[in-house]
Formats: sequence, structure tokens, C-alpha cells
Amino acid sequence: MDIPWDIIIIQTVNGLVSGMILALVASGLTLIFGIMDVVNFAHGELFMLGAYMGVVVLATTGSFWLALILAILIVALLGAAMQVVTLRPLLGRDPLNTILATFGVSLVLQNYALWQFGPVARKIQEPLSGQFSLFYLQYPWYRIVIALLSAAIIGGLYLFLKYGRYGIWIRATTQDRVMAQAMGIPVPWVHTGVFAIGAGMAAASGVLFGPLVGVNHAMGLDWVLKAFIVVVVGGMGNLGGSILAAIFISLLEAYASIWVSPSQAIIVSSVVLILTLLFRPTGLFVPTPK
Amino acid sequence: MSKRRASVYWIGFAVIVTLLVLAPLVLPEFWRRFLTEILIWGLLAMSSDLLIGYTGMVSFGHSAFFGLGMYGAAAAILTVKPPNLWLALLYGLAGSAAVALFVAYFSTRLRDIYFAITTLIFSQIFYVIIFTWTEVTGGENGLSFSRPQLGIPGIYTTPFTSTTLHWFVLFFVVASYLILRRITQSPFGMVLQSIRENEARTRAIGYPVERYKMVAVMLSGLFAGLAGVLYAVQNRFAAPDFVYFLISGEVVIFNVMGGIGTLLGPILGAGFFLGLREFFSRLFPWLATTFNMPQIEHFPYLIPLGVIFILMVIFLPQGLLGFAKRWLNSS
Repeated sequence: MDIPWDIIIIQTVNGLVSGMILALVASGLTLIFGIMDVVNFAHGELFMLGAYMGVVVLATTGSFWLALILAILIVALLGAAMQVVTLRPLLGRDPLNTILATFGVSLVLQNYALWQFGPVARKIQEPLSGQFSLFYLQYPWYRIVIALLSAAIIGGLYLFLKYGRYGIWIRATTQDRVMAQAMGIPVPWVHTGVFAIGAGMAAASGVLFGPLVGVNHAMGLDWVLKAFIVVVVGGMGNLGGSILAAIFISLLEAYASIWVSPSQAIIVSSVVLILTLLFRPTGLFVPTPK
Repeated sequence: MSKRRASVYWIGFAVIVTLLVLAPLVLPEFWRRFLTEILIWGLLAMSSDLLIGYTGMVSFGHSAFFGLGMYGAAAAILTVKPPNLWLALLYGLAGSAAVALFVAYFSTRLRDIYFAITTLIFSQIFYVIIFTWTEVTGGENGLSFSRPQLGIPGIYTTPFTSTTLHWFVLFFVVASYLILRRITQSPFGMVLQSIRENEARTRAIGYPVERYKMVAVMLSGLFAGLAGVLYAVQNRFAAPDFVYFLISGEVVIFNVMGGIGTLLGPILGAGFFLGLREFFSRLFPWLATTFNMPQIEHFPYLIPLGVIFILMVIFLPQGLLGFAKRWLNSS
């Protein structure tokens, strides 16, 4: 068989770009799970609301970068409010309760967006229009910029967690909630803060991704499912694993969509998920504890 | 259960079933259909209660079993001439059983949220397959067909009326309830409950936990498939929307609202949810015309429902029936 190298290289670039965005969504999800055992079903809706905030701010100010920053801040605040109202009362209960509560939140947010913005998809104008040629394609620079920006945000998060004062609080709370509390860390506020960070990251990816697909009220559903796959494949609560898994799965889906339709490519990632769960249930990139 | 409580239970059971039998005779057409639909969704919710309430496994993939029941029934009705009701039932159950076997084999190795997420992903796989395999499943449009007749083909058949359809559905729901109740009270059901309470200990005692879980998922899937067949017969179509995971989410909502681990609770929850949905969907247009506020006419009625659900998760985790039981016991 003739191997279509040009298509494979194009799909590699595509896979890396969508992998970085997926990593941005999934790292928020995994951070939230890791620190407070919350499976945030509404994460896709935060992504979607971020994209809509981007649309609204862009329409009023005309600046994409301002829209990006404002959308992150607004959705982070919303996430904090959501955590205080719906998740704080559930602290210490079975994590399954958090799935239920956030499922309710996602129902509310999605219907709100449908009501407020209507069923027609909105478009975000790309802030950069340059292209470079990649074999027979004119490949937009913007996609490369998205990947780099996502990597920068994730890198910033990593540095913050590693060296920042509050980052250390977060890691301490992840390791041992009770001990962290005993050392004087305000654990409930750390939870709220982490949720806000996760929400902000989801919003960032929503705004960045908006120009590629168009913004509508149901766009979060596909993403939250993909992000769940990534988070489980990478190992729940494992930030590095999630990022690797996001890139791995996006590359696989990109290659798969050379041969099958993109909507069927999710089956490939589902198979990866099932195999992971069967053979390495704690995550693909970490050794399974004996 | 003491003798006295048992007789109270059976009298209550008989009264409710009698009321449900008589209801279609007095209800107008719309509410008759509505009641039938509640029974079908209630059966679906009850089937997942076997997992959520009794085995402690929250399935977010019941739409797959339900949907395969629908498509199985559709396959039988569309391919076999003349359409045969019982064959539709058989095909639907076979379809959901096959899916349940597959899902059960892989998902029961996992626990808690991992189980929930795996079942969710599985139902999404089936959704994608059904959605994209247009030649067989009709793709996005689904399949529509005419309703098969009640009776035994070749001997005696009669077309369904909405009343006989209600009785037909009621028969299956009551029978399923009695079977599920028997299952949960049998030694098998006791093992399921001990898995819920302490899985490691159950395994240590020597029960093959995985096998029990697998059977539980398959039984649950089979009853969910039955609900799918009934829904297909009632609505005369099978559509991919019913395989989508939002349906699974609604099933979990029914369970939580009604009270998990009670079998009857999920039916109550389905009635409560669908009733409230009907109420809110009429409330906002009514408010808009009465108070002359056209901006709220199309207010999405799922928002108040979602808020009520969140409040119930936080403040009423034992559900309506659990709450009622506790309230009755304490007073």
C-alpha cells in the first residue's frame, strides 16, 4: 500500500493542535477531580459559555485578545460561584453526587445558552489571518498559535503549581486534605480557587477553539465526553498524564479520520479507553501499583 | 417483613394497580398517553435502580440498552411481514441483551465513577454507530413504522387503542416490578446489596463479585430493553436521540428524585420529573399571556427542573420515596 505521507503529516499537525486544546480542557477537569473528587459534568458547558463570552465581548470591543481575557475571568468567577453554591454542600459525600449535581448544572447552563443566544451557531473571527503552505494546503497560522498558547497556559499552570505559594497550597490539599487543613490552609477556598482555575481554562479553550468550529449551545457535549476519555486514559487527577493522553488521543483520532469519517473517529478513542481500563486502570502513562 | 406490614403492602399495591388499570377509562386522550409514557420511563428507571440502588453502580449508559430495545423492535416490525408484536419484543430483548453482555463484560471490572464514565462512553459508541450507519438505522432520522397489532397473528388480532396499549404497558411494568422485587429479595439480590455495602468483604467471603455484577448489568439491561420495546410500540419510531447520553442522565435523575434502592421510587421520580416538565412547559406561556410579559414565553422550562434537581441532590439525597418513608417512620 502506498503510504500518503503528506496526509499523515497534515493530520499530525491537526492532531497536535486539537490535542493541545483538548489538553487545556482536560487539565482543568483532572485538576478538579484530583483535588476534590469532583467529576465535573458541566465542564463542557463552561467551555461553551467561555466561547459565548468571547463572542459577546468580541462583538462589543472588537478585540479578540481582550475577549479571551475577559471570557476567562467571567467564566472563572461563574465557576467559583457554581462551586460554592452546588459543590461545597456535597463535600465529603460520594463523588457520584457531584456527577449528579454538575449534570443538573450542565442542563441549566445549556438551556440558558440556548434561550439567550438562540440555536444558530455564532462565529468568532480569527485574530490572525496569515497562512503558510503545507503540501497542497494553505495552513492557517492561527491554529499553530492556538497550540502554542494552550501550551503556554498549561505551562503556566505547571509553574504555578510547582513554585507558586497558592500552587503549593493546591498540591498540599490534593495530597492530604485533612493535614492541609491542620496546617492552616483554607481548604474550602482552595477548592473554590481550583474550580475557578479549571473553569477559566475551559473558557480559554472555548474562545481559542471558537474560530475553528463556530459556537453553539451544544458544543460542550462532545468536548466533555472527549475530555472524560482523556482524563481516564491519563489517570484521574494526573495532570501530566492527561496532557500526554490528550495529545495521544487527538493524534489517533486525526489519523483515524484519514480512513473513517471524523464523527466515527471517537470510536477509536473509546477503544483506547477500554483497553486502558482493562490493562492499566490507573492511567496509560503511570505504572500500575501492584 | 412482618405479617401485618406485608398485608398493608399488598393492599396498597392492589389499590395502586387498580387505579392504574382504571385510569385510562376516565382520563382524556392526552393524559392517557402521558400516563403510559410515565410507566415506560418508570420501567427504564426501575431497571437502572437494580444497579444504582441495589448494587451501588451508577450506570450512565442506560440509553444504550433502551435504544437497542427500540431498534430491535423496529427491525422486527420492518423486516417481518406481517408485523408481529411478540417478535418485536423478542428482537428488542435480544438486541439489548447483546449490548448488555458486551457492556457488562468490560464495565464491571471498574468501580464508582470509572464504571459511570465507562458506561457513558459505551452508550456514546452505540450512539455514533447508530447515528452514522444510515443504510441500516436510518441515521439521524431514525426509523418509523406502523404499530403492530395486539394478539397472536393468524389466530386473533386487534389494533391497539390507547386504552389497551396502556393496559399492555401496565402489564409489563407490573410484571417487571414483581420480578425485580423478587430478584432483589432473593439470595442473589442479597449478594448484590452486600457488594454495595462492602465489596472487598463480599469478595473475601468467597462470592465471585465480577460475575454477580455482570449478571446484574445484564438483567438491568434486559429490563431497560423491554422499556425500549414498549416505547417503540407506543411511539412507532426509533431514533438515535434516545441512545444519546442525555437520556441516561434523565434516567439517573428519575432515580435520584424518586429515591434509589426502592424500585417504586424511580417510577415515582419519572412521574414527578415528567409531570413537572409538563407543568413548567405550560407555566411560562401562561405567565407570559396572563401578566403580559412576552419575553418569558419561551423561557426554557428545563432550567427550573435542573435547579429543582440540584436542590434535591443536595438536600434530599434519599429521594421523594425515601423521604416519605423516613417521615412516616418518625411520626
